[in-house]
Amino acid sequence: MFQLSSAGKEKVLAELKRYESRQSAVLPALYIAQSENKGYISPEVIKELSRVMDIPEANINEVCTFYTMYNKEPIGTHHVQVCRTLSCYLNGAKELSEHICSQLNTHLGEKTKDGKFTVTEVECLGSCGTAPMMQITSGDTAKYYENLTHESAMNIIRGLK
Amino acid sequence: MSEVKYLTEFYHLPEFKGIEGYKKNGGYVELGKALKMQPQEIIDVVKASGLRGRGGAGFPTGMKWGFLPKNGEERYLLCNADEGEPGTFKDRMMMERAPHQLIEGMIISGFAIGSKKSYIYVRGEYDESINSLLAAIQEAYKAGYLGKNILGSGFDHDMDVYRGAGAYICGEETGMISSLEGLKGQPKLKPPFPAVQGYLKKPTIVNNVETLAAVKYIIRDGAEGYRKYGTEKSAGSKLFSLSGNVNKPGNYEVPLGYPLKDMINVLGGGIKNGKKLKAVIPGGSSAPVLTAEEAMKATLDYENLAAAGTMLGSGAIIVIDDSKCMVECLANLTHFYHHESCGQCTPCREGTGWVDKIVHSILSGKGRLQDIELLVKVADNMKGRTICALSDAAALPIISFVTKFRDEFEYFVKEGKSKVKGTAYKGHAYAATASH
Repeated sequence: MFQLSSAGKEKVLAELKRYESRQSAVLPALYIAQSENKGYISPEVIKELSRVMDIPEANINEVCTFYTMYNKEPIGTHHVQVCRTLSCYLNGAKELSEHICSQLNTHLGEKTKDGKFTVTEVECLGSCGTAPMMQITSGDTAKYYENLTHESAMNIIRGLK
Repeated sequence: MSEVKYLTEFYHLPEFKGIEGYKKNGGYVELGKALKMQPQEIIDVVKASGLRGRGGAGFPTGMKWGFLPKNGEERYLLCNADEGEPGTFKDRMMMERAPHQLIEGMIISGFAIGSKKSYIYVRGEYDESINSLLAAIQEAYKAGYLGKNILGSGFDHDMDVYRGAGAYICGEETGMISSLEGLKGQPKLKPPFPAVQGYLKKPTIVNNVETLAAVKYIIRDGAEGYRKYGTEKSAGSKLFSLSGNVNKPGNYEVPLGYPLKDMINVLGGGIKNGKKLKAVIPGGSSAPVLTAEEAMKATLDYENLAAAGTMLGSGAIIVIDDSKCMVECLANLTHFYHHESCGQCTPCREGTGWVDKIVHSILSGKGRLQDIELLVKVADNMKGRTICALSDAAALPIISFVTKFRDEFEYFVKEGKSKVKGTAYKGHAYAATASH
């Protein structure tokens, strides 16, 4: 059973009042719940949001599954997202994500055995002039790392607690 | 012609990000000026300035505003900061370095169109932009530039940021409205256009970050002053995001009409690693590709690029050198569009998947010669048959890649390896999955 913390619930209720329509609070509420559920949305999370928000589960679930930034599976403490789209690709993004996966002994989309990392390839992150690049999401913080080499990327990743 | 610093004059100053530094450098002067004008006067000067939407479609901004009903009905201004067109990173820089410039442009625009509420819809990945805007909005409220009775004018305006959650389609204005309503970001059938029926069925104007920021300068310099840069049909300056295989990638502001050749060779410092130029995508990944020869003749304005069979789009220039395989490059893009199709319309949902499989089948060495024709045929059938332009945006690169670099596709089919690299494709195992 997943339950929002009282602070989380307060935040969701505030989002419900923030926009002209209550339904608009669904996207922000999913972010709030995701950060309270170790970075992913499970069916229990949808149930809890539905209860707290008084919005049918289906209306929350369809939103959750439409957008890539809501994780539907458990995720590593640090989500390493390597941009794969053309400008990064032209600057070695594919080799970079292969290198990171092999160094961490994992595959794209899989959590590492110690639970610390999940590496995925994502579509254009709008950092094309500083390719190749990755975004690392750890809990509520997300950071861009740009102009990467294989070495600098691994130094950054290994430096994460 | 050379680089200009019109919108970006103070971008090198870290202080420009905060309200004090912004005000020290001309910030919020035009807001005071605009609030003393008649709203229709502002619309007229924006129309006369020739400003066109900087997000991709290039639609005349003043004309868009003119589609709003004249009955005083409640209406919204929505800033499109979902910057997702591959190759584009200019709006991110604007929001991170000059959030008040956008906010001021938005308050002026909101006053012009009679809107008391605006939203900035920012793509979810842009954490730093979101934080920068939220802090700046708070400062603007404190200073009395937002809220009730702004600068004693009697005009009220509220502004908020809405965070997207990872979907390219939300950059399409009706998809964005769906998303802001807390729904799947699926585009809506037009008409009715958002100016008539948008957010919560109220009239809504959706404009790009750069477009709204430019409004301040049109108020400052007037229509004629704004037209100091650019051409008759492409007025003003524009930010271009240069990326790919160049020595100095980055955002460059130039007058519209600037030669693409100089963008690559002068500002961009030429092709990296002593390679030669092979191809250029001039306006984001949805714009048809130009060969090196075509690129050398092109100028960066709406009319010249349209005549060259492509488009200015969002101003994202992706440079491809001669060591890159065009079959692989196309596969990278077909994967993108397949992933980003919202799934609503059959020609797009099925078409993007189909072409992606065909290109990857060629890459895996299993292609047949007739697959090349098939690619063009499927792409042709994806055009003009869907609710929004994503399907067309996916089709255009395919047709241009295959037509202009046909030899590379034929070689790959016949030899099972890349003509340029001389090797077979070593990609990740093809995953025929899309997250939607």
